[in-house]
Amino acid sequence: MADLVLSGPITAAPSRWRSAVARGGARLWAGGLIVALLLLIALFAPVIAPHDPAEQDLMSAQLPPAFMRGGEAAFPLGTDSLGRCVLSRLMYSARTAVAVALIASALAALIGIALGLIAGAFGGLSDQLVSRMIDVWMAFPPVLLSIVLAAVIGAGLTSVIAAIVVVDWTRFARIVRAETQAQLARDYAAAARVLGLTRAQALRLEILPNLIPLIVTLLAVEMGIAILVEVILSFVGISVTGDTASWGGMITEGRQIVYQAPWIMALPIAAVIVSVIGFNLFGDGLRAALDPVQRR
Amino acid sequence: MSAILEIDNLHVAIGAANVLRGVSLRVEAGEVRGLVGESGAGKSMVGRTIFGLLPSRAKITAGCVSFEGRDLLALPDRQRRDLLGRRIALIPQDPMTSLNPVRRIGAQMAAVLQLHLKLSKRAALARAAELLTEVAIRDPARVLTLYPHELSGGMRQRVLIATAFACDPSLVIADEPTTALDVTVQRQVLQLVERMRQRHGAAILFVTHDLGVVAKICRSMTVLHAGRVLEDGLTADVLVKPHHAYTRALLAATPRADRPADALKPVPPALIESLWAEAHRLDQLAAARPA
Repeated sequence: MADLVLSGPITAAPSRWRSAVARGGARLWAGGLIVALLLLIALFAPVIAPHDPAEQDLMSAQLPPAFMRGGEAAFPLGTDSLGRCVLSRLMYSARTAVAVALIASALAALIGIALGLIAGAFGGLSDQLVSRMIDVWMAFPPVLLSIVLAAVIGAGLTSVIAAIVVVDWTRFARIVRAETQAQLARDYAAAARVLGLTRAQALRLEILPNLIPLIVTLLAVEMGIAILVEVILSFVGISVTGDTASWGGMITEGRQIVYQAPWIMALPIAAVIVSVIGFNLFGDGLRAALDPVQRR
Repeated sequence: MSAILEIDNLHVAIGAANVLRGVSLRVEAGEVRGLVGESGAGKSMVGRTIFGLLPSRAKITAGCVSFEGRDLLALPDRQRRDLLGRRIALIPQDPMTSLNPVRRIGAQMAAVLQLHLKLSKRAALARAAELLTEVAIRDPARVLTLYPHELSGGMRQRVLIATAFACDPSLVIADEPTTALDVTVQRQVLQLVERMRQRHGAAILFVTHDLGVVAKICRSMTVLHAGRVLEDGLTADVLVKPHHAYTRALLAATPRADRPADALKPVPPALIESLWAEAHRLDQLAAARPA
Protein backbone atom coordinates (compact mmCIF):
# COMPACT_ATOMS: atom_id res chain seq x y z
CA MET A 1 0.00 0.00 0.00
CA ALA A 2 2.60 2.49 -1.06
CA ASP A 3 -0.02 4.77 -2.53
CA LEU A 4 -1.41 5.71 0.84
CA VAL A 5 -2.30 9.37 0.79
CA LEU A 6 -0.76 11.53 3.48
CA SER A 7 -3.29 13.54 5.43
CA GLY A 8 -3.79 17.17 4.52
CA PRO A 9 -1.99 19.98 6.34
CA ILE A 10 -3.42 21.21 9.64
CA THR A 11 -4.86 24.69 9.67
CA ALA A 12 -5.88 25.01 13.32
CA ALA A 13 -4.92 28.22 15.07
CA PRO A 14 -1.87 27.77 17.32
CA SER A 15 -2.67 30.09 20.23
CA ARG A 16 -5.32 28.70 22.51
CA TRP A 17 -5.26 31.23 25.29
CA ARG A 18 -5.69 34.15 22.98
CA SER A 19 -8.53 32.57 21.04
CA ALA A 20 -10.21 31.45 24.26
CA VAL A 21 -10.13 34.96 25.65
CA ALA A 22 -11.36 36.30 22.31
CA ARG A 23 -14.33 33.90 22.42
CA GLY A 24 -15.18 35.17 25.91
CA GLY A 25 -15.36 38.68 24.48
CA ALA A 26 -16.44 41.82 26.32
CA ARG A 27 -18.55 39.83 28.80
CA LEU A 28 -15.46 38.06 30.08
CA TRP A 29 -13.54 41.31 30.48
CA ALA A 30 -16.31 43.35 32.08
CA GLY A 31 -17.45 40.50 34.35
CA GLY A 32 -13.90 39.58 35.27
CA LEU A 33 -13.08 43.17 36.13
CA ILE A 34 -16.09 43.57 38.41
CA VAL A 35 -15.48 40.23 40.14
CA ALA A 36 -11.77 40.95 40.56
CA LEU A 37 -12.55 44.39 41.98
CA LEU A 38 -15.07 42.92 44.40
CA LEU A 39 -12.59 40.29 45.54
CA LEU A 40 -9.84 42.86 46.00
CA ILE A 41 -12.12 45.17 47.98
CA ALA A 42 -13.22 42.29 50.19
CA LEU A 43 -9.67 41.12 50.72
CA PHE A 44 -8.17 44.53 51.45
CA ALA A 45 -11.14 46.24 53.14
CA PRO A 46 -9.19 46.94 56.37
CA VAL A 47 -6.40 48.57 54.37
CA ILE A 48 -8.38 50.69 51.95
CA ALA A 49 -11.44 51.64 53.99
CA PRO A 50 -11.12 55.28 55.18
CA HIS A 51 -12.83 54.56 58.53
CA ASP A 52 -13.65 51.81 60.93
CA PRO A 53 -17.10 50.59 59.76
CA ALA A 54 -18.43 50.60 63.31
CA GLU A 55 -16.99 53.97 64.26
CA GLN A 56 -19.85 56.35 65.04
CA ASP A 57 -19.66 60.08 64.67
CA LEU A 58 -23.06 61.41 65.72
CA MET A 59 -21.97 64.97 64.99
CA SER A 60 -21.78 64.17 61.29
CA ALA A 61 -24.76 61.83 60.83
CA GLN A 62 -26.58 61.51 57.51
CA LEU A 63 -23.95 63.42 55.61
CA PRO A 64 -24.45 63.23 51.82
CA PRO A 65 -21.64 61.86 49.60
CA ALA A 66 -18.67 64.18 49.10
CA PHE A 67 -19.63 65.11 45.54
CA MET A 68 -23.06 66.38 46.66
CA ARG A 69 -23.81 69.69 48.31
CA GLY A 70 -22.99 69.54 52.01
CA GLY A 71 -20.73 66.50 51.70
CA GLU A 72 -17.39 66.20 53.45
CA ALA A 73 -14.18 64.91 51.90
CA ALA A 74 -13.57 62.70 54.94
CA PHE A 75 -16.68 60.67 54.08
CA PRO A 76 -16.54 60.08 50.29
CA LEU A 77 -19.95 58.40 50.17
CA GLY A 78 -21.48 60.12 53.15
CA THR A 79 -22.56 58.72 56.49
CA ASP A 80 -25.58 56.88 57.84
CA SER A 81 -27.88 57.96 60.66
CA LEU A 82 -25.33 56.91 63.25
CA GLY A 83 -22.57 58.82 61.50
CA ARG A 84 -20.78 55.73 60.21
CA CYS A 85 -18.83 55.97 56.97
CA VAL A 86 -20.98 54.46 54.17
CA LEU A 87 -18.00 53.68 51.92
CA SER A 88 -16.22 51.79 54.68
CA ARG A 89 -19.39 49.87 55.51
CA LEU A 90 -19.90 48.99 51.83
CA MET A 91 -16.34 47.69 51.67
CA TYR A 92 -16.63 45.60 54.82
CA SER A 93 -20.01 44.29 53.64
CA ALA A 94 -18.27 43.02 50.52
CA ARG A 95 -16.31 40.66 52.80
CA THR A 96 -19.51 39.09 54.07
CA ALA A 97 -20.95 38.90 50.56
CA VAL A 98 -17.83 37.38 49.01
CA ALA A 99 -17.37 34.88 51.83
CA VAL A 100 -20.95 33.71 51.46
CA ALA A 101 -20.73 33.65 47.67
CA LEU A 102 -17.56 31.59 47.55
CA ILE A 103 -18.18 29.14 50.37
CA ALA A 104 -21.89 28.56 49.84
CA SER A 105 -21.64 28.16 46.05
CA ALA A 106 -18.67 25.84 46.31
CA LEU A 107 -20.44 23.60 48.82
CA ALA A 108 -23.72 23.65 46.91
CA ALA A 109 -21.83 22.81 43.71
CA LEU A 110 -19.94 19.96 45.36
CA ILE A 111 -23.06 18.30 46.71
CA GLY A 112 -25.15 19.01 43.64
CA ILE A 113 -22.56 17.80 41.15
CA ALA A 114 -21.89 14.60 43.06
CA LEU A 115 -25.57 13.71 43.36
CA GLY A 116 -26.31 14.82 39.80
CA LEU A 117 -23.51 12.68 38.39
CA ILE A 118 -24.62 9.65 40.36
CA ALA A 119 -28.23 10.06 39.30
CA GLY A 120 -27.35 10.72 35.69
CA ALA A 121 -24.79 7.99 35.30
CA PHE A 122 -26.23 5.12 37.27
CA GLY A 123 -29.93 5.73 36.72
CA GLY A 124 -32.39 3.33 38.26
CA LEU A 125 -33.03 3.63 41.97
CA SER A 126 -30.34 6.25 42.64
CA ASP A 127 -31.78 8.43 39.89
CA GLN A 128 -35.30 8.06 41.29
CA LEU A 129 -34.09 8.91 44.77
CA VAL A 130 -32.18 12.02 43.77
CA SER A 131 -34.80 13.22 41.30
CA ARG A 132 -37.67 12.92 43.75
CA MET A 133 -35.60 14.67 46.40
CA ILE A 134 -35.00 17.53 43.95
CA ASP A 135 -38.72 17.70 43.12
CA VAL A 136 -39.68 17.94 46.77
CA TRP A 137 -36.95 20.48 47.47
CA MET A 138 -37.95 22.69 44.59
CA ALA A 139 -41.58 22.73 45.67
CA PHE A 140 -40.56 25.01 48.57
CA PRO A 141 -40.03 28.71 47.84
CA PRO A 142 -36.26 29.00 48.34
CA VAL A 143 -36.20 32.27 50.26
CA LEU A 144 -38.88 31.05 52.64
CA LEU A 145 -36.93 27.83 53.14
CA SER A 146 -33.78 29.84 53.86
CA ILE A 147 -35.61 32.00 56.39
CA VAL A 148 -37.03 28.96 58.15
CA LEU A 149 -33.63 27.29 58.14
CA ALA A 150 -31.84 30.37 59.40
CA ALA A 151 -34.48 30.75 62.09
CA VAL A 152 -34.04 27.12 63.14
CA ILE A 153 -30.23 27.01 63.08
CA GLY A 154 -30.01 30.51 64.47
CA ALA A 155 -28.78 33.74 62.90
CA GLY A 156 -25.20 34.13 61.72
CA LEU A 157 -22.95 33.61 58.73
CA THR A 158 -22.85 29.83 59.09
CA SER A 159 -26.59 29.52 58.97
CA VAL A 160 -26.79 31.75 55.91
CA ILE A 161 -24.27 29.53 54.15
CA ALA A 162 -26.06 26.39 55.31
CA ALA A 163 -29.37 27.76 54.10
CA ILE A 164 -28.00 28.54 50.65
CA VAL A 165 -26.30 25.16 50.32
CA VAL A 166 -29.36 23.26 51.45
CA VAL A 167 -31.60 25.13 49.03
CA ASP A 168 -29.38 25.54 46.00
CA TRP A 169 -27.70 22.17 45.58
CA THR A 170 -30.75 21.21 43.51
CA ARG A 171 -29.82 23.77 40.89
CA PHE A 172 -26.57 21.92 40.22
CA ALA A 173 -27.92 18.42 40.69
CA ARG A 174 -30.77 18.89 38.24
CA ILE A 175 -28.67 20.29 35.42
CA VAL A 176 -25.66 18.02 35.95
CA ARG A 177 -27.94 14.99 35.97
CA ALA A 178 -29.60 15.96 32.68
CA GLU A 179 -26.31 16.83 31.02
CA THR A 180 -24.65 13.63 32.21
CA GLN A 181 -27.44 11.62 30.64
CA ALA A 182 -27.13 13.61 27.43
CA GLN A 183 -23.36 13.12 27.28
CA LEU A 184 -23.59 9.42 28.09
CA ALA A 185 -25.85 8.95 25.10
CA ARG A 186 -23.19 10.38 22.80
CA ASP A 187 -20.96 8.08 20.77
CA TYR A 188 -17.75 9.08 22.47
CA ALA A 189 -19.05 7.84 25.82
CA ALA A 190 -19.76 4.43 24.31
CA ALA A 191 -16.35 4.54 22.63
CA ALA A 192 -14.77 5.18 26.03
CA ARG A 193 -16.48 2.15 27.55
CA VAL A 194 -15.29 0.05 24.62
CA LEU A 195 -11.73 1.03 25.48
CA GLY A 196 -12.16 -0.80 28.75
CA LEU A 197 -12.75 2.11 31.10
CA THR A 198 -14.88 1.49 34.16
CA ARG A 199 -17.99 3.54 34.59
CA ALA A 200 -16.30 5.70 37.22
CA GLN A 201 -13.24 6.24 35.01
CA ALA A 202 -15.42 7.14 32.04
CA LEU A 203 -17.31 9.62 34.20
CA ARG A 204 -14.17 11.27 35.49
CA LEU A 205 -12.17 11.29 32.25
CA GLU A 206 -14.84 11.69 29.62
CA ILE A 207 -18.05 13.09 31.03
CA LEU A 208 -16.86 15.52 33.70
CA PRO A 209 -14.59 17.54 31.36
CA ASN A 210 -17.60 18.04 29.09
CA LEU A 211 -19.59 19.41 32.00
CA ILE A 212 -17.01 21.96 33.06
CA PRO A 213 -18.19 24.90 30.92
CA LEU A 214 -21.68 24.28 32.25
CA ILE A 215 -20.56 23.95 35.86
CA VAL A 216 -18.48 27.13 35.68
CA THR A 217 -21.44 29.08 34.38
CA LEU A 218 -23.70 27.65 37.04
CA LEU A 219 -21.14 28.41 39.72
CA ALA A 220 -20.81 32.05 38.69
CA VAL A 221 -24.57 32.50 38.49
CA GLU A 222 -24.89 30.74 41.85
CA MET A 223 -22.44 33.19 43.41
CA GLY A 224 -24.68 36.03 42.27
CA ILE A 225 -27.68 34.27 43.72
CA ALA A 226 -25.85 33.58 46.98
CA ILE A 227 -25.07 37.28 47.32
CA LEU A 228 -28.74 38.08 46.75
CA VAL A 229 -29.89 35.53 49.30
CA GLU A 230 -27.43 36.86 51.84
CA VAL A 231 -28.76 40.36 51.22
CA ILE A 232 -32.34 39.18 51.66
CA LEU A 233 -31.53 37.32 54.86
CA SER A 234 -29.60 40.20 56.34
CA PHE A 235 -32.38 42.54 55.23
CA VAL A 236 -34.81 40.60 57.39
CA GLY A 237 -32.19 40.46 60.10
CA ILE A 238 -31.28 36.77 60.27
CA SER A 239 -27.84 36.95 58.75
CA VAL A 240 -24.70 38.35 60.35
CA THR A 241 -25.38 39.87 63.73
CA GLY A 242 -24.56 43.04 65.57
CA ASP A 243 -21.98 45.38 64.21
CA THR A 244 -20.86 43.32 61.24
CA ALA A 245 -21.64 45.32 58.13
CA SER A 246 -23.75 43.76 55.42
CA TRP A 247 -25.47 45.17 52.37
CA GLY A 248 -28.85 43.84 53.43
CA GLY A 249 -28.48 45.39 56.86
CA MET A 250 -27.52 48.72 55.31
CA ILE A 251 -30.62 48.60 53.11
CA THR A 252 -32.78 48.00 56.18
CA GLU A 253 -31.26 50.94 57.98
CA GLY A 254 -31.53 53.18 54.96
CA ARG A 255 -35.13 52.25 54.31
CA GLN A 256 -36.41 54.23 57.28
CA ILE A 257 -34.80 57.47 56.19
CA VAL A 258 -35.01 56.97 52.45
CA TYR A 259 -36.67 60.39 51.95
CA GLN A 260 -34.12 62.32 53.98
CA ALA A 261 -30.98 60.43 52.91
CA PRO A 262 -31.68 58.25 49.85
CA TRP A 263 -27.98 57.40 49.26
CA ILE A 264 -27.83 55.32 52.42
CA MET A 265 -30.20 52.82 50.82
CA ALA A 266 -29.33 53.41 47.16
CA LEU A 267 -25.59 52.72 47.50
CA PRO A 268 -25.79 49.17 48.96
CA ILE A 269 -28.50 48.34 46.41
CA ALA A 270 -26.20 49.53 43.64
CA ALA A 271 -23.37 47.44 45.09
CA VAL A 272 -25.58 44.33 45.05
CA ILE A 273 -26.74 44.93 41.49
CA VAL A 274 -23.26 45.57 40.15
CA SER A 275 -21.77 42.50 41.82
CA VAL A 276 -24.56 40.17 40.69
CA ILE A 277 -24.29 41.47 37.12
CA GLY A 278 -20.52 41.06 37.37
CA PHE A 279 -20.78 37.40 38.38
CA ASN A 280 -23.32 36.66 35.65
CA LEU A 281 -21.26 38.32 32.94
CA PHE A 282 -18.13 36.59 34.15
CA GLY A 283 -19.83 33.19 34.12
CA ASP A 284 -21.21 33.75 30.67
CA GLY A 285 -17.86 34.87 29.31
CA LEU A 286 -16.06 31.92 30.94
CA ARG A 287 -18.51 29.49 29.43
CA ALA A 288 -17.74 30.77 25.97
CA ALA A 289 -14.01 30.83 26.65
CA LEU A 290 -13.85 27.32 28.13
CA ASP A 291 -15.83 25.63 25.39
CA PRO A 292 -13.26 24.61 22.78
CA VAL A 293 -15.89 23.52 20.31
CA GLN A 294 -17.79 26.78 20.38
CA ARG A 295 -21.00 24.89 20.08
CA ARG A 296 -23.17 27.89 20.73
CA MET B 1 -6.21 -21.55 11.41
CA SER B 2 -7.91 -21.20 14.74
CA ALA B 3 -10.96 -19.13 15.51
CA ILE B 4 -10.37 -15.88 17.41
CA LEU B 5 -14.04 -15.15 17.77
CA GLU B 6 -16.73 -17.75 17.76
CA ILE B 7 -20.36 -16.78 18.07
CA ASP B 8 -22.68 -19.71 18.45
CA ASN B 9 -26.46 -19.55 18.05
CA LEU B 10 -26.75 -16.06 19.59
CA HIS B 11 -30.27 -14.91 20.40
CA VAL B 12 -30.92 -11.35 21.57
CA ALA B 13 -34.29 -9.84 22.31
CA ILE B 14 -35.19 -6.24 23.07
CA GLY B 15 -38.39 -6.36 25.04
CA ALA B 16 -40.73 -8.62 23.07
CA ALA B 17 -38.90 -8.15 19.78
CA ASN B 18 -36.25 -10.62 18.70
CA VAL B 19 -33.32 -8.85 17.08
CA LEU B 20 -30.91 -11.75 16.75
CA ARG B 21 -32.36 -15.15 15.97
CA GLY B 22 -29.51 -17.58 16.29
CA VAL B 23 -26.46 -15.93 14.77
CA SER B 24 -23.40 -18.13 14.38
CA LEU B 25 -20.18 -16.68 13.15
CA ARG B 26 -16.48 -17.50 13.17
CA VAL B 27 -13.59 -15.13 12.72
CA GLU B 28 -10.25 -16.85 12.13
CA ALA B 29 -7.00 -15.34 13.38
CA GLY B 30 -5.81 -12.60 11.08
CA GLU B 31 -8.67 -12.80 8.60
CA VAL B 32 -11.06 -10.09 7.48
CA ARG B 33 -14.66 -11.17 7.68
CA GLY B 34 -17.46 -9.07 6.29
CA LEU B 35 -20.76 -8.94 8.11
CA VAL B 36 -23.32 -7.74 5.60
CA GLY B 37 -26.98 -6.93 5.85
CA GLU B 38 -29.51 -4.22 5.30
CA SER B 39 -30.36 -1.82 8.08
CA GLY B 40 -32.25 -3.55 10.86
CA ALA B 41 -30.65 -6.90 10.04
CA GLY B 42 -28.90 -6.95 13.41
CA LYS B 43 -25.34 -6.23 12.22
CA SER B 44 -24.65 -3.63 14.88
CA MET B 45 -26.28 -5.74 17.58
CA VAL B 46 -23.63 -8.41 17.03
CA GLY B 47 -20.92 -5.85 17.72
CA ARG B 48 -22.79 -4.40 20.67
CA THR B 49 -23.15 -7.84 22.23
CA ILE B 50 -19.42 -8.40 21.99
CA PHE B 51 -18.68 -5.05 23.62
CA GLY B 52 -21.40 -5.35 26.24
CA LEU B 53 -23.07 -2.22 24.92
CA LEU B 54 -26.52 -3.67 24.41
CA PRO B 55 -29.36 -1.36 25.46
CA SER B 56 -30.45 -1.99 29.02
CA ARG B 57 -33.73 -3.57 27.92
CA ALA B 58 -31.97 -6.04 25.66
CA LYS B 59 -31.54 -9.61 26.85
CA ILE B 60 -29.32 -12.34 25.56
CA THR B 61 -31.76 -15.23 25.52
CA ALA B 62 -29.47 -17.94 24.20
CA GLY B 63 -26.12 -18.64 22.64
CA CYS B 64 -22.52 -17.98 23.48
CA VAL B 65 -19.74 -15.71 22.34
CA SER B 66 -16.27 -17.01 22.85
CA PHE B 67 -13.19 -14.94 22.28
CA GLU B 68 -9.78 -16.62 22.29
CA GLY B 69 -11.41 -19.57 23.97
CA ARG B 70 -13.05 -17.56 26.74
CA ASP B 71 -16.79 -17.12 27.12
CA LEU B 72 -17.23 -13.35 26.83
CA LEU B 73 -20.79 -13.34 28.09
CA ALA B 74 -19.91 -15.16 31.30
CA LEU B 75 -16.76 -13.20 32.00
CA PRO B 76 -16.71 -11.05 35.14
CA ASP B 77 -16.89 -7.34 34.43
CA ARG B 78 -13.29 -6.70 35.42
CA GLN B 79 -11.74 -9.30 33.14
CA ARG B 80 -14.02 -8.25 30.32
CA ARG B 81 -12.88 -4.64 30.64
CA ASP B 82 -9.31 -5.84 30.56
CA LEU B 83 -9.98 -7.44 27.14
CA LEU B 84 -11.81 -4.44 25.73
CA GLY B 85 -9.49 -1.97 24.06
CA ARG B 86 -6.53 -4.32 24.55
CA ARG B 87 -7.49 -7.58 22.78
CA ILE B 88 -10.76 -6.46 21.14
CA ALA B 89 -10.98 -2.96 19.72
CA LEU B 90 -13.61 -0.97 17.90
CA ILE B 91 -13.41 1.34 14.94
CA PRO B 92 -16.62 3.29 15.43
CA GLN B 93 -19.07 4.27 12.77
CA ASP B 94 -19.09 8.03 13.08
CA PRO B 95 -15.71 9.74 13.50
CA MET B 96 -17.44 13.08 14.06
CA THR B 97 -18.99 12.06 17.36
CA SER B 98 -16.80 9.24 18.60
CA LEU B 99 -14.03 11.42 19.98
CA ASN B 100 -14.54 13.38 23.16
CA PRO B 101 -15.01 16.99 22.02
CA VAL B 102 -13.26 18.60 24.99
CA ARG B 103 -10.15 16.44 25.28
CA ARG B 104 -7.06 16.69 23.15
CA ILE B 105 -6.30 13.91 20.67
CA GLY B 106 -3.10 13.09 22.55
CA ALA B 107 -4.85 12.68 25.91
CA GLN B 108 -7.50 10.46 24.38
CA MET B 109 -5.03 8.20 22.59
CA ALA B 110 -2.66 8.09 25.55
CA ALA B 111 -5.48 7.08 27.90
CA VAL B 112 -5.80 3.66 26.23
CA LEU B 113 -2.08 3.04 26.29
CA GLN B 114 -1.76 4.14 29.90
CA LEU B 115 -4.72 2.02 30.95
CA HIS B 116 -3.82 -1.23 29.23
CA LEU B 117 -0.07 -1.16 28.65
CA LYS B 118 0.71 0.74 31.88
CA LEU B 119 2.84 3.21 29.97
CA SER B 120 3.82 6.51 31.51
CA LYS B 121 2.10 9.58 30.12
CA ARG B 122 5.23 10.56 28.25
CA ALA B 123 5.79 7.11 26.77
CA ALA B 124 2.12 6.85 25.86
CA LEU B 125 2.25 10.15 23.98
CA ALA B 126 5.38 9.05 22.14
CA ARG B 127 3.69 5.79 21.16
CA ALA B 128 0.58 7.70 20.08
CA ALA B 129 2.72 9.84 17.78
CA GLU B 130 4.18 6.67 16.22
CA LEU B 131 0.69 5.31 15.67
CA LEU B 132 -0.37 8.53 13.99
CA THR B 133 2.64 8.24 11.70
CA GLU B 134 1.50 4.72 10.80
CA VAL B 135 -1.85 6.07 9.65
CA ALA B 136 -0.02 8.65 7.53
CA ILE B 137 -0.94 11.73 9.51
CA ARG B 138 1.22 14.70 8.77
CA ASP B 139 2.89 16.35 11.77
CA PRO B 140 1.71 13.86 14.44
CA ALA B 141 3.20 15.78 17.37
CA ARG B 142 1.05 18.76 16.46
CA VAL B 143 -2.09 16.68 15.94
CA LEU B 144 -1.72 15.24 19.44
CA THR B 145 -2.19 18.72 20.90
CA LEU B 146 -5.35 19.46 18.91
CA TYR B 147 -8.99 19.05 19.79
CA PRO B 148 -11.20 16.79 17.64
CA HIS B 149 -13.15 19.66 16.10
CA GLU B 150 -9.92 21.01 14.66
CA LEU B 151 -9.56 17.91 12.47
CA SER B 152 -11.50 16.86 9.38
CA GLY B 153 -13.70 13.75 9.36
CA GLY B 154 -11.09 11.75 7.47
CA MET B 155 -8.37 12.79 9.92
CA ARG B 156 -10.53 11.84 12.89
CA GLN B 157 -11.22 8.45 11.37
CA ARG B 158 -7.46 7.97 11.00
CA VAL B 159 -7.03 8.85 14.67
CA LEU B 160 -9.72 6.34 15.63
CA ILE B 161 -8.12 3.63 13.49
CA ALA B 162 -4.73 4.33 15.07
CA THR B 163 -6.34 4.15 18.53
CA ALA B 164 -8.07 0.87 17.72
CA PHE B 165 -4.76 -0.77 16.84
CA ALA B 166 -2.88 0.89 19.70
CA CYS B 167 -2.60 -2.16 21.96
CA ASP B 168 -2.12 -4.70 19.13
CA PRO B 169 -5.54 -6.31 19.51
CA SER B 170 -6.23 -9.71 18.01
CA LEU B 171 -9.71 -8.63 16.88
CA VAL B 172 -10.89 -5.29 15.57
CA ILE B 173 -14.56 -4.73 14.96
CA ALA B 174 -15.09 -2.09 12.31
CA ASP B 175 -18.67 -0.88 12.60
CA GLU B 176 -19.39 0.63 9.19
CA PRO B 177 -16.29 2.84 9.47
CA THR B 178 -16.76 4.28 5.99
CA THR B 179 -20.46 5.12 6.14
CA ALA B 180 -20.07 8.64 7.46
CA LEU B 181 -17.30 9.56 5.03
CA ASP B 182 -17.39 10.62 1.40
CA VAL B 183 -16.27 8.22 -1.30
CA THR B 184 -12.75 9.52 -1.85
CA VAL B 185 -11.97 9.36 1.86
CA GLN B 186 -13.61 5.93 2.12
CA ARG B 187 -10.96 4.44 -0.14
CA GLN B 188 -8.14 5.85 1.96
CA VAL B 189 -9.75 4.53 5.11
CA LEU B 190 -10.09 1.05 3.66
CA GLN B 191 -6.43 1.11 2.66
CA LEU B 192 -5.48 2.25 6.13
CA VAL B 193 -7.46 -0.44 7.86
CA GLU B 194 -5.89 -3.05 5.61
CA ARG B 195 -2.39 -1.70 6.21
CA MET B 196 -2.83 -1.56 9.97
CA ARG B 197 -4.23 -5.09 9.94
CA GLN B 198 -1.16 -6.40 8.14
CA ARG B 199 1.21 -4.53 10.39
CA HIS B 200 -0.44 -5.45 13.69
CA GLY B 201 -1.77 -8.87 12.67
CA ALA B 202 -5.32 -8.45 13.89
CA ALA B 203 -8.43 -10.14 12.59
CA ILE B 204 -11.17 -7.80 11.50
CA LEU B 205 -14.91 -8.16 11.64
CA PHE B 206 -16.02 -5.63 9.08
CA VAL B 207 -19.65 -4.66 9.58
CA THR B 208 -21.05 -2.99 6.48
CA HIS B 209 -23.94 -2.79 4.08
CA ASP B 210 -21.63 -2.17 1.16
CA LEU B 211 -20.96 -5.31 -0.89
CA GLY B 212 -18.35 -3.42 -2.88
CA VAL B 213 -16.29 -2.91 0.28
CA VAL B 214 -16.68 -6.57 1.20
CA ALA B 215 -15.52 -7.68 -2.24
CA LYS B 216 -12.48 -5.46 -1.91
CA ILE B 217 -11.12 -6.37 1.50
CA CYS B 218 -12.89 -9.36 3.06
CA ARG B 219 -11.68 -12.92 2.79
CA SER B 220 -14.92 -14.38 4.05
CA MET B 221 -18.38 -13.00 4.61
CA THR B 222 -21.62 -13.54 6.48
CA VAL B 223 -24.96 -12.32 5.20
CA LEU B 224 -27.44 -11.35 7.87
CA HIS B 225 -31.15 -10.70 7.56
CA ALA B 226 -33.76 -10.29 10.27
CA GLY B 227 -31.21 -11.48 12.81
CA ARG B 228 -30.50 -14.71 10.95
CA VAL B 229 -27.46 -15.84 9.01
CA LEU B 230 -28.56 -16.50 5.45
CA GLU B 231 -25.21 -17.18 3.89
CA ASP B 232 -21.70 -17.74 5.10
CA GLY B 233 -18.52 -18.53 3.24
CA LEU B 234 -15.45 -17.26 1.45
CA THR B 235 -16.15 -13.97 -0.26
CA ALA B 236 -15.03 -15.28 -3.62
CA ASP B 237 -17.45 -18.23 -3.41
CA VAL B 238 -20.39 -16.25 -2.09
CA LEU B 239 -20.11 -13.48 -4.63
CA VAL B 240 -19.65 -15.83 -7.57
CA LYS B 241 -22.07 -18.55 -6.53
CA PRO B 242 -24.55 -17.21 -3.95
CA HIS B 243 -26.72 -19.98 -2.52
CA HIS B 244 -29.47 -17.94 -1.00
CA ALA B 245 -32.02 -16.05 -3.10
CA TYR B 246 -31.55 -13.01 -0.85
CA THR B 247 -27.83 -12.82 -1.52
CA ARG B 248 -28.49 -13.10 -5.26
CA ALA B 249 -31.03 -10.30 -5.00
CA LEU B 250 -28.58 -8.14 -3.00
CA LEU B 251 -25.90 -8.65 -5.64
CA ALA B 252 -28.34 -7.74 -8.39
CA ALA B 253 -29.11 -4.57 -6.46
CA THR B 254 -25.45 -3.49 -6.27
CA PRO B 255 -24.51 -0.78 -8.75
CA ARG B 256 -21.58 -1.65 -10.98
CA ALA B 257 -19.77 0.44 -13.52
CA ASP B 258 -19.90 -2.33 -16.13
CA ARG B 259 -23.67 -2.57 -16.06
CA PRO B 260 -26.21 -0.02 -17.24
CA ALA B 261 -28.04 1.78 -14.45
CA ASP B 262 -31.43 0.30 -15.42
CA ALA B 263 -30.04 -3.20 -14.89
CA LEU B 264 -30.23 -2.52 -11.15
CA LYS B 265 -32.98 -4.49 -9.52
CA PRO B 266 -34.30 -3.80 -6.05
CA VAL B 267 -34.58 -6.79 -3.74
CA PRO B 268 -38.08 -8.15 -4.53
CA PRO B 269 -40.57 -7.21 -1.78
CA ALA B 270 -42.07 -10.68 -1.92
CA LEU B 271 -38.71 -12.17 -1.00
CA ILE B 272 -38.28 -9.80 1.95
CA GLU B 273 -41.77 -10.60 3.15
CA SER B 274 -41.21 -14.32 2.93
CA LEU B 275 -37.98 -13.94 4.89
CA TRP B 276 -39.68 -11.98 7.66
CA ALA B 277 -42.57 -14.45 7.72
CA GLU B 278 -40.07 -17.23 8.13
CA ALA B 279 -38.34 -15.35 10.95
CA HIS B 280 -41.62 -14.80 12.79
CA ARG B 281 -42.55 -18.45 12.29
CA LEU B 282 -39.27 -19.40 13.95
CA ASP B 283 -40.04 -17.00 16.81
CA GLN B 284 -43.39 -18.67 17.38
CA LEU B 285 -41.83 -22.11 17.27
CA ALA B 286 -39.25 -21.03 19.83
CA ALA B 287 -41.90 -19.45 22.04
CA ALA B 288 -44.08 -22.58 21.89
CA ARG B 289 -41.19 -24.80 22.89
CA PRO B 290 -40.92 -25.04 26.68
CA ALA B 291 -37.64 -23.59 27.86
